Amino acid sequence: MTNHWVDIRNANLILSMGGNSAEAHPVGFRWVTEAIEHNKAELITIDPRFTRTGAVAQDKAFIRTGTDIAFLGGLISYLIETDQIQHEYVLNYTDAALIVREGYGFEDGLFSGYDESTRSYDKQSWMYEMGDDGFVRRDETLQDPRCVYQLLREHYARYTPAMVSSITGIAVENIQRIWKKIAAMAVPDKTMTILYALGWTQHSIGSQIIRTAAMVQLLLGNMGMPGGGVNALRGHSNIQGLTDLGLLSQLLPGYMTLANAKEQDYRAYIDKRTKQPTVEGQVSYWKNYEKFHVSLMKAWYGDAANEANNWCFDWLPKLERPLYDILDTFERMSKGELNGYFCQGFNPLASFPNRAKVTKALSSLKYLVVMDPLNTETSEFWKNYGEYNDVDSSRIDTEVFRLPTCCFAEDEGSIVNSARWLQWHWSAAPPPGDARPDTRIMGELFLKLKQLYQEEGGVFPDPILNLTWDYRIPADPKADELAREFNGRALEDLTDEQGNVTRRAGEQLAGFAELTADGRTAAGCWIFTGCWTEAGNQMANRDNSDPYGTGNTLGWAWAWPMNRRILYNRASADVQGRPWGADKAFIWWDSEQGAWVGADVPDFPTNSPPSQGQMPFIMQPEGVGHLFAGQSMVDGPFPEHYEPFESPVPQNLLHPGKEKARNNPAARIFEEDREALGTPEEFPHAATTYRLTEHFHFWTKHAELNAVVQPQQFVEIGEALADEIGIAAGDWVKVSSKRGFIKAVAVVTKRLRPMTIGDKQVHHVGIPLHWGFTGVAKKGYLVNALTPFVGDANTQTPEYKSFTVRVEKA
Amino acid sequence: MSINVTRRQFFKLGGAGLASSSLAMMGFAPEPAEASIRQFKLTHAKETRNTCTYCSVGCGILIYSKGDGAKNVEQNVFHIEGDPDHPVSRGSLCPKGAGLLDFVHSKGRLEYPQVREAGTSEWKRISWDEALTRIARHMKDDRDANFVQRTAHGETVNHWTTTGFLAASGSSNEAGYITHKVVRNLGMVAFDNQARV
Repeated sequence: MTNHWVDIRNANLILSMGGNSAEAHPVGFRWVTEAIEHNKAELITIDPRFTRTGAVAQDKAFIRTGTDIAFLGGLISYLIETDQIQHEYVLNYTDAALIVREGYGFEDGLFSGYDESTRSYDKQSWMYEMGDDGFVRRDETLQDPRCVYQLLREHYARYTPAMVSSITGIAVENIQRIWKKIAAMAVPDKTMTILYALGWTQHSIGSQIIRTAAMVQLLLGNMGMPGGGVNALRGHSNIQGLTDLGLLSQLLPGYMTLANAKEQDYRAYIDKRTKQPTVEGQVSYWKNYEKFHVSLMKAWYGDAANEANNWCFDWLPKLERPLYDILDTFERMSKGELNGYFCQGFNPLASFPNRAKVTKALSSLKYLVVMDPLNTETSEFWKNYGEYNDVDSSRIDTEVFRLPTCCFAEDEGSIVNSARWLQWHWSAAPPPGDARPDTRIMGELFLKLKQLYQEEGGVFPDPILNLTWDYRIPADPKADELAREFNGRALEDLTDEQGNVTRRAGEQLAGFAELTADGRTAAGCWIFTGCWTEAGNQMANRDNSDPYGTGNTLGWAWAWPMNRRILYNRASADVQGRPWGADKAFIWWDSEQGAWVGADVPDFPTNSPPSQGQMPFIMQPEGVGHLFAGQSMVDGPFPEHYEPFESPVPQNLLHPGKEKARNNPAARIFEEDREALGTPEEFPHAATTYRLTEHFHFWTKHAELNAVVQPQQFVEIGEALADEIGIAAGDWVKVSSKRGFIKAVAVVTKRLRPMTIGDKQVHHVGIPLHWGFTGVAKKGYLVNALTPFVGDANTQTPEYKSFTVRVEKA
Repeated sequence: MSINVTRRQFFKLGGAGLASSSLAMMGFAPEPAEASIRQFKLTHAKETRNTCTYCSVGCGILIYSKGDGAKNVEQNVFHIEGDPDHPVSRGSLCPKGAGLLDFVHSKGRLEYPQVREAGTSEWKRISWDEALTRIARHMKDDRDANFVQRTAHGETVNHWTTTGFLAASGSSNEAGYITHKVVRNLGMVAFDNQARV
């Protein structure tokens, strides 16, 4: 979330799209109802289904799954053509005025630079044009045909209401009514917040759907504002924290990135990531990259990392492909290219697409290690459970280890909620039996490996033998020690420009501004610096006071970065530093104090006066929000609608007859997986997966209370489809895709209605995902038997939310 | 009801869980005597602050456990409810969180290290030491055999692609941090958490 849960109450309009927070995040959703009741806000939901979020919405529309860019792209065109944008904000705080290089273009559904053989783009032409002064050229009038604003206008001119309606299945009058309500938020003192979840991420165009939302919010002037923002309602209790800590194939902690194989030179690696301002005088905070990087290397390698050896640059693995994501890994695993795999609190047999392929992959491993509090399906993938897991154990040679871990109640440490709050928790009781915390398991395993390398030698032992490991009990590092380590400390005395000591050697750092690139500081995750200072554990703070009445409780827990609760909050004030409206006052420039003050920690240099002209988006080299994503996306600088890889609609209505532009041209799909895609003739029904109010993923089927209230697997089908195929409520149905099938009880409902797309009727099938073959609920089929093995072009997040099936009586 | 309850006690009653709140909805309001028994139990319990383990709202919870603090007496969790002081959740829990106690005490909880040997159809209990020794052996053998120091083009890559790791988005930052530190320094790149899916 750019904003936070309680801040939703400050919104004037709430757009819930690609998520269903009333059921997936019920307690967070209370702040939506708070906004409706006490801030006279309207809630608009746009979803394929009538959900419980939709049930309390003042306005809603039903959209064909996977077509959100069409709806939002049309909205962008509507905002521009009706001139309902926040003008001062767009001109100053976005890249609307910046000029794009000659050579950028878009034709037949493809951006310039496309290479069909690699399904990728050369992004050279997707750049701003630099002037003779070395900075980006701009046109304050927004009239230059190559300025971002005009290119944006041109790009979305094709997204007319009629076109949007034909793609999304939403009637033109409903589209226009909702666009009009959203456009009313372009005035400076009104805000819309956007709430989304996996209903946006799990598409082959998922990242671009979210970008479209961010672009809408920039045009409306809603980023950095209380009651505004683009708010990812994340799916797990610490998925935000593990992302922040970089537990992803290409990342290091704090959104730093591993080098690729071509990046052999340390200086070039750093320089590429050290973003210098491209507009004169801007902050461009990534210019400090080397301070964050060297501090990490010092945290990991201590004295072994020094300037002479480039801080052990070569000890970090380098990447030979863009990502070693889970789809890539299971593709390789299914071909026998992996020998070992660890699943720590992760249940891939249930969670990954095309379950048959996942079973085949796991069966080809030499060893599998499962660390979990629960007996997951993955840990028993080799065991026959009849129709629910029909395997022959004797033919699976994988050695499987299952290690019992603590759950939350038996564990100490911090987790990061969706609002970036690091909240500390304490252990209430010992774990059952001989279960152990993950920290201890990882500690002991590492020490055993280190001992083997000490005794036997082996390949490239350097990082193993030199890894900093100064924990009180080496085999059992404690949460407080690890938290202090990722916060960071001074290794030598730090001094200011006058030579005064500002921080003694050994002291905890108060913030990442103290980090240095010369090896005097160590910090394991720079964005978390400030969480455990000399004043102690800030994550354990529990003062819930709200002195400004904005719902901003700075004394409760600690939020990264630097306890800021709304990102880009400098944008909540105008160019002169005054709030956009009395109701929306959040931080502002106080000329007497010569500082930014207000309800939040300014996300900005505290003493930089408005007259200095620094702009709010301090992580961008231009200081402004990007309507044009020159380099950050792999599949286009502007989002474009492409059909899901499996779609009931045979072509992209924006590009009829252009086969290359039917699906995302830059999305990767392996050959066998392409062959495993169904056609609309065989599999005519649009399917989408989701969670229920009573269950959490594949966990709560192990909890008796949840298993009692929602015991049995079902699928939702609309009345019209039920009539068509002769199904009554309570009948068993078989739902098949080209990859597999499930059987479940049919819930025949008014909540799903047929849509007219082009000349055909499209039915949606709703598939809750919570059942499996372990747990105390009734056994059920893993729904990922059905889903396709293809992901988003940028993140490789699988397309669980849009695929096609055939429903029939079982 | 004629009992006097403080705000905090009220929340303790109200947040007692899905089962009891449903009972209350059906008209089975707790009798004063019953309420006083519950209050008595909580008074003598150890209260531990924690955070719900399910979605990302991060609702504050209070875990109540028994055990008199003696060295040979272990705490046993017997009640979980919302933390009324929490600025987001203000004492509430949803139907998922209301069942947290049953997650803690689930029959599906694993208690001992186990191994399933190749080609067999059952688990065998083993010690931690045996489990970790065997796993470390597998890892080292695979790493030493397949670690890539240089590519065919002579580029230094120092990576290990034949063993992969999925980390847990339900675990703490501290577990995540040490997992990253260990996994990356072994050279692993096939490394993701639930954020990938």
